[in-house]
Amino acid sequence: MKSQTKARPASPAKGRRLAAFAFLSPGLTYLIVLLLIPLGLVLSYTVFRRGRFGGIIYEFTLENFTRLIDPLYLGIVGSSVRIAALTTLLALLIGYPTAYVIAHLPPKWKTIALVAIVLPFWTNFIIRVYAWIMLLSGPGVINSVLGTKFELLYKEGTVVTGLLYSYLPLMVLPLYAAIEKLDPQLREASANLGASGFTTFRKVTLPLTLPGVVTGCLFVFVPSFGNFVIPEMLGGGKSIMVGNLIRNEFLSTRDWPFGATLSLALIAVLILLLMVQSWAARRA
Amino acid sequence: MRRPRFLYIPFWASLVFLYLPIIMLVVMSFNSGRSAYTYEGFSLKWYGELAKDEGIRNGLINTLIVATCSTVIATVLGTLLAVGLARYSRSRVLDALALMPGVLPDLVLAIGLLIFYVLVRTTFGIETLGLGAVTAAHALFSMAFVTAVVRTRLTGSDTSLEEASRDLGAGAVTTFMKVTLPQLMPGVVAGALLAFTLSLDEFVIAFFTIGNTEQTLPIVIYSMIRFGVTPKINALAAILLLVSFTAVIAGQRMTKIGESRAQN
Repeated sequence: MKSQTKARPASPAKGRRLAAFAFLSPGLTYLIVLLLIPLGLVLSYTVFRRGRFGGIIYEFTLENFTRLIDPLYLGIVGSSVRIAALTTLLALLIGYPTAYVIAHLPPKWKTIALVAIVLPFWTNFIIRVYAWIMLLSGPGVINSVLGTKFELLYKEGTVVTGLLYSYLPLMVLPLYAAIEKLDPQLREASANLGASGFTTFRKVTLPLTLPGVVTGCLFVFVPSFGNFVIPEMLGGGKSIMVGNLIRNEFLSTRDWPFGATLSLALIAVLILLLMVQSWAARRA
Repeated sequence: MRRPRFLYIPFWASLVFLYLPIIMLVVMSFNSGRSAYTYEGFSLKWYGELAKDEGIRNGLINTLIVATCSTVIATVLGTLLAVGLARYSRSRVLDALALMPGVLPDLVLAIGLLIFYVLVRTTFGIETLGLGAVTAAHALFSMAFVTAVVRTRLTGSDTSLEEASRDLGAGAVTTFMKVTLPQLMPGVVAGALLAFTLSLDEFVIAFFTIGNTEQTLPIVIYSMIRFGVTPKINALAAILLLVSFTAVIAGQRMTKIGESRAQN
């Protein structure tokens, strides 16, 4: 192999193959070792039995999958879907008008507004969650300003707030891109033909920006659904999501095969959503 | 066309929602009292306390080591991969594979790597992989972002310069170093900045794959918060906010300069 690399390529075709090998092999080797092999391991663990002290026993079983339909776990999946869906809906309701306003600002203000929306997203994730603990906790800032003693932390609404705070920029960006592309003449035509502002929105703007809506919803739903840090820190472990369950199976209960099965279920849900997205993109 | 005024309400609400917690965080970092909740007066003492904290200092050093090393690996491998995919491959499977680490939920990536590292350690009888484990993991998902960013620059560029260089007798390596790479530079720099920022903030994968002794800053902060809330965390938060804000704005400026240079 070594002498071949040093030798001058004899023919263009051979040289091309050599170049392809030189460019592609380092990255692909890295991906095989650190991505495909680990994912293959996760996949294989789903059909093994758990060992007594966190290890695994290499013995074929399907009981990890039958455990998935246990009402306890289905309930957790259900509440994860509910929390992630509520977050996505709220993000869409706030994000759409926000993106709409930004897309119609003068160019200079447009850039500033976009950076302002994205900036918090680039700050430390843990710090952003911490900010909400500081604001909402029993002796926290909101209570001490209002002079009240509400328990605002450790509720489902707190988890939704934290997720919304973390992922709202991911909703605004694709929506902005979709609205920005829109030809203003289409809306003018609709208005000239006598359509009201709302009818124009419903019949022209919304259908044309639907791919952006679907992408934005996906960008918010996916990280919300698999999140374990925000439910843990803001939900106080009360509202458990799939992410918390997986984390616990790996780091506390030490049932790795079941944890692997849960994460396979997580990927399955996300692939389903991606298929919905590509279907929506093709229809548009 | 006239835009309805009521749309400005959610727009401003979003900005207040996004910035209010951050502003509170910074204000409270200058608190002279012991509480992170009630403001008693201006003081810089928590910044002093922060400077004395050894755990945070070690965390910061570890984070910088991990971010620097993973950025170097990700930028080199990602740039080569982007060129390889754009020029020498038509495989959509390989395209998808290259983007996969950036698209997969971090939790799934984290447990995959956890299983893999445990297996590596037990097979080779290694006690701990140290910071290498996290570095390799961060390089993995950063590589996906570098590849994606560099590729967007490649798809638009034409190959005639590279062909001219080859026709004039330059070898593949010379052509890449002298022709392809300079054209790609803005993309490579943007990708590297992205990789560095992502690694600085990364929590989930580090949480699963890090050992007990060497910890990165996000992990240190996480343990501090679990332990109790003090204005020291606010001081640290304020500094980190300043660093990321500067980095993002600098990155924004640099890509703009790069773009205008590439156009001229």
